[in-house]
Amino acid sequence: MGGPVSPQKIGRHISLTCENNGDIMTDATSQSGPMLAADGTPLKKSLARALRMQKTRALMLIAPLLVFVLVSFIFPIGKMLFKSVENDIVVETIPLTVAELQNWDAESGALPDEALYAAFVSDMVVAINAKRHTRLGTRLNYEHTGMSSLFRKSGRKIKKLDPATDGPFKEQLIAIDKKWGDVTTWAVIKTHSVKITNGYFLNAIDMQRTPEGAQAQPEDKRILIKLFQRTLFMSLMITVSCILLGYPVAWLLANLPSRTANILMILVLLPFWTSLLVRTSAWKVMLQQQGVINEVLVWIGLVADDARLVMINNQFGTIVAMTHILLPFMILPMYSVMQTIQPTYLRAAKSMGATNWTAFWRVYFPLSVPGIGAGSILVFILAIGYYITPEIVGGTKGVFISNRIAYHISSSLNWGLAAALGTILLGVVLLLYWCYDKIVGIDNVKLG
Amino acid sequence: MKTKLTALAVTTALVAPAAMAQEMTIVSWGGAYSKSQLKAYHEPYSAKSGVTIINDDSSAEAVAKLRAMNEAGNVTWDVVDVVASDAMRLCDEGLAMEIDADTQLAAAPDGTSASEDFGDLLVSDCFIPQIVYSTTFGYRTDLVGDTAPSTICDVFDTDAYPGKRSLEKRPINNMEWALLCDGVAKADVYDVLATPEGQDKALAKLDTIKDDVIWWSAGADTPQLLADGEVVMGSTYNGRLFSVIEEQKQPVAMLWDAQVFDLDGWIIPAGLSDERKAQALDYIMFATDTQRLADQAKYISYGPARKSSAPLVGKHAELGIDMAPHMPTDPNNAQNTFLYNYEFWADYRDDIDAKFQAWLAK
Repeated sequence: MGGPVSPQKIGRHISLTCENNGDIMTDATSQSGPMLAADGTPLKKSLARALRMQKTRALMLIAPLLVFVLVSFIFPIGKMLFKSVENDIVVETIPLTVAELQNWDAESGALPDEALYAAFVSDMVVAINAKRHTRLGTRLNYEHTGMSSLFRKSGRKIKKLDPATDGPFKEQLIAIDKKWGDVTTWAVIKTHSVKITNGYFLNAIDMQRTPEGAQAQPEDKRILIKLFQRTLFMSLMITVSCILLGYPVAWLLANLPSRTANILMILVLLPFWTSLLVRTSAWKVMLQQQGVINEVLVWIGLVADDARLVMINNQFGTIVAMTHILLPFMILPMYSVMQTIQPTYLRAAKSMGATNWTAFWRVYFPLSVPGIGAGSILVFILAIGYYITPEIVGGTKGVFISNRIAYHISSSLNWGLAAALGTILLGVVLLLYWCYDKIVGIDNVKLG
Repeated sequence: MKTKLTALAVTTALVAPAAMAQEMTIVSWGGAYSKSQLKAYHEPYSAKSGVTIINDDSSAEAVAKLRAMNEAGNVTWDVVDVVASDAMRLCDEGLAMEIDADTQLAAAPDGTSASEDFGDLLVSDCFIPQIVYSTTFGYRTDLVGDTAPSTICDVFDTDAYPGKRSLEKRPINNMEWALLCDGVAKADVYDVLATPEGQDKALAKLDTIKDDVIWWSAGADTPQLLADGEVVMGSTYNGRLFSVIEEQKQPVAMLWDAQVFDLDGWIIPAGLSDERKAQALDYIMFATDTQRLADQAKYISYGPARKSSAPLVGKHAELGIDMAPHMPTDPNNAQNTFLYNYEFWADYRDDIDAKFQAWLAK
């Protein structure tokens, strides 16, 4: 590699020097104590100080970027991820009720006593004035269907009660809505009244928080684990297709005369300059049953008119469209690594009797692996978080976990669950990255 | 002085341009719909008040964005166009301002109060209805054989009408249609759907056509699929079908049977400054009066939400055809209809959606 000397090389160089120093030092110590620098301080100390100064200067140089990343990226993301466990809303909206609920045993099967109903009415009157009770209803509705309308409708009537004079409240509340006379309602409130909850994470792995502890969701509501598996599987398929399609292109780019290579490079970059939605919609036009490919196949008689191929709104469509969209992210790192491979290596191999294949497989390919590594990491991580393309061409079997995250962020407003799903996705990516480092070694990844 | 003028504007709803913000951001859906609002509301309002209106086509993500703006303490929108179910969520979350119809909206020309004029359509305290639209089916006239489909259950009849159908990728509407065609009486649909057995029943009915369905998530999908001949029939908003049929002249016809009425209208975000709030209220007072709502129907085939606007609906501004027969509320079209059950879906949406998605992924 003709570029600047890599840090590892410097490291090796320094350690070599140190070993030499050591040899000298043993020699020196045997004669006249520790080795001294020019100004009289011990050499070890002086070196450490120089290194420290260098580090400080480097830190100062990156400080603006560091602060920027912290403020605009790490902090907001951290805050969003924290939503996956945050559950202040119950305690803050109905504090007296939550305190009273501690004295009530959900498993006894008996309704709470008057004290709790009175506490609930005083909490609700405050919350209704601040218009916060319906938010609590929405929050609890994620866990138990019906809570949303229970809080909204009861709110209108509880508003008229005076906590000081209108008691006792137990009968009145049950008259307002019979659900207040249902043990389940209070059990749900109690279960979800903790400030820091694992409920969202349990939901994210198809389980739920119940008074009896964590339990699996009913079978007809389990979908998220399946989506996680599908996301990983399909991202892997997309990465592999990108490698297979991208490798020859990158090789061509690196080995053609620069004039031709530049034109090819523009073709590779062209998709970058086209809107993502346009590219995805173009695939729709190509792949649908009345689309270009099917029309051609029917015309040349390969496919019967009533048996047109289904190539979109399924996994195949998603993999094709996403491979196309992510291909440049594979080609570019491969290309920049391949450019640094000296053609003389291949000639040398052949001059020593290697066939074309052996020269490629034993010499060229190993040298290009760091490019494949970098490209794969890029493509895989981008693919795992994609949602627009799967949404448009994925149908029912080609959607990713990110589509559910988007749904919970923008439609159901269940940000806690969305944050839990996001945190798990981030965890999975970091875990895979760690595995990759263990197996392939992250030093083997190069962007050029 | 400035505050005094603003106070005056609030109490009397007089236009006092000098005291008001000269710009306001109105959020809507974009496309033909925003254009109809521009022609019917924005342009006359700007001419009258001198306020510049900035359009933002973010209604599809309005709920999430408003929540994010509210958390950040910087609400940049003044008036937002949302569907009624979203307005309810925003109201529940405390993200939209409550409106008193009788004092803050214009009365009908004959003096009928706004609350009476809008009637049951005021489904939430924060919501000012604008249009009635419906989700209904369109079919390709050239692909359905000799007898055109006439009832909703023809959608589930793949023997008589082979080919793909497009349905929206969510449980709402689809579950109701499935139950209707599985022999449940219209009056009982939501009682049945509230039970797990009823939900299974609806999904089982949908299962019979699952292999023939293309699921859509954007309103433009079905019109495109119909135009391409990818599907023989599909559900979408009636205004989209109107433009496929009348503007693009595609061989498509409407199946109005069991159309589901839904409402779209305005909300004003909570937490605006007094000045901006007064401005937004002034706009709303103007844009939802009887004449303005009737005017919008010149540009798009959605029914005005006020009873008093219906007789004023005229001809399409460019095509010159009579708009009344194209309204979902026209008596000929509205022989068998559903009204979106807001309370039911606010409660059951999360639960049934999880089941629906799990069923889809099977």
